[in-house]
Amino acid sequence: MVTENIRQNTYFILFRIAAFLSVVILLFVLLYVIKEGIGVININFLTSMWSHRDITQGGIFPAIIGTILLAIGVSIISIPLGICTAIYLNEYAKENMFTRTIKLAIRNLAGVPSIVYGIFGMAFFVLFLNLGGSLIAASLTLGCMTLPWIITASEEALKSVPYSFREGSYALGATKWETVRKNVLPHSFSGMITGSILGVSRAMGETAPIIMVGATFFMGYLPTSPFDKFMALPYHLFILATQHSSPSAGEYAMGTALVLIALIFILNLGIFILRYNLRKRKEW
Amino acid sequence: MQNPRKFREKIIERSFSSVSAISLLILISIFIFLFITGIKAFTQISLSDFFLGNVWNPTAYGEPTWGILSLIVGTLMIAIGSLIIAIPLGLASAIYLSEIARPEIREIVKPAIEMIAGVPSVVLGLIGIVFLSPLIANIFGLSNGLNALTSSIIVAIMILPTIISISEDVLTSLPKDFREASLALGATKWQMIKMTLLPAGLSGIVAAIMLGLGRAVGETMAVLMVAGNSIAMPASFFDPIRPMTANIAIEINEVVKGSLHYEALFAIGLVLFVMTFAVNLISDIIIERQVRKYKW
Repeated sequence: MVTENIRQNTYFILFRIAAFLSVVILLFVLLYVIKEGIGVININFLTSMWSHRDITQGGIFPAIIGTILLAIGVSIISIPLGICTAIYLNEYAKENMFTRTIKLAIRNLAGVPSIVYGIFGMAFFVLFLNLGGSLIAASLTLGCMTLPWIITASEEALKSVPYSFREGSYALGATKWETVRKNVLPHSFSGMITGSILGVSRAMGETAPIIMVGATFFMGYLPTSPFDKFMALPYHLFILATQHSSPSAGEYAMGTALVLIALIFILNLGIFILRYNLRKRKEW
Repeated sequence: MQNPRKFREKIIERSFSSVSAISLLILISIFIFLFITGIKAFTQISLSDFFLGNVWNPTAYGEPTWGILSLIVGTLMIAIGSLIIAIPLGLASAIYLSEIARPEIREIVKPAIEMIAGVPSVVLGLIGIVFLSPLIANIFGLSNGLNALTSSIIVAIMILPTIISISEDVLTSLPKDFREASLALGATKWQMIKMTLLPAGLSGIVAAIMLGLGRAVGETMAVLMVAGNSIAMPASFFDPIRPMTANIAIEINEVVKGSLHYEALFAIGLVLFVMTFAVNLISDIIIERQVRKYKW
């Protein structure tokens, strides 16, 4: 028994170290980006146009705008589709071949590599539909990619509504849609939207797919229509880190990374707080 | 009165079901678009040259070669290397979180680990370039640290949250009776974990690892930045490699649309798609079995 206890303690210490290490890695990533990137952050860097000749003179404003526009485009495309699919799967679908196939397709879509979405987007949206490398082609490509995440998040929100809510509504003679609209959606809508936005925030950091469908390193103006090319933070930092000759490119890549992470984490944190407050209001 | 109401219900249900078919449609069209473009490459490249050829040199003057074996090896090296790092670390963290940690600690640590998943791969790639690769080069006395080892470490960090959070879900969802029965028989907590929980959750844990594997195979940006991108056949983990994903990302913007090179890149995309599809399908079947066994 004594040796068993020693063995247990040794293993448990190892497990504790492993979990600790995982957290340390995360903290290290964040702190490192902050430490190395904070130096270049100033008002000029955040709000002025990119200067191609001397990167220390310009800012990443168009890349920030491009990433935000892209996030909005992706949301418009994939959130309504994702929520409707989740409503169908959770409220309407019967256990049959059609439902099983759809569910299988969704799970597999979630596993398709982002680069494959990229070449699909290039072949289908850019060339076949002739949208060209543009904000709309990129939004559609990333929209396809985020769709499975949004469906999963929305389904979870729908599942959290107790079944008795639906039964009560049916007992009063309501139809399925009346039940869904009046008794299920009001209690799950905020959950679906916040879960979806989390999915979109992940798409904001995606780089590989947008390289092929319209992201560009340098543009002298902000995109004015969905058919314009655009600058994006992740692509911008990728080029700075790997293909730029300026001596201060590394520093500016870190600064761009910091802005990107800050955008994503602020969004996540906002949703976290919102959800916490919403959950407190629920009484079941 | 009853009829228009029923009619409306029918229409609403139909519209929801057609919308949900879009996911299936996307999956099918991805496959079709990769297939019709990729398959054309094989009118001019033989299957054995493509899969078994060592040299990928599509722009060579005179006689271009189209072998993707070294690219496949690169992808497999990263997959294996990152799993070797991420499996022990991930599994140990999952056991710690579900069985050992106090609830307050779990409440903080779990979201923290899941936040790693929110760090874009391009940012991890950047850290790989400026921090990890010089470090690796220093430790092992290499001229530069952009190689298979560095990219395996970066990819391991990326797949860690997947493995931890799914394995942890699997372990916590095992019935309480298992724990109670095991402890009642006089097992220590570790014996209970080792002899009861891990075997019972095994298939779920395997599925978690498979999902991690799928992500490792498909990872592009971080790998593109730190793998070194040499097309030579790697001999060890200290050699630079170029996995399939990175190869597509590097070359796709330079090729003439519709050329043989373009088609060959789509063929590589098709190989990637089939590989990840198979991995995901297998993990799906495993999870399904686990769910049916314990109804979690």
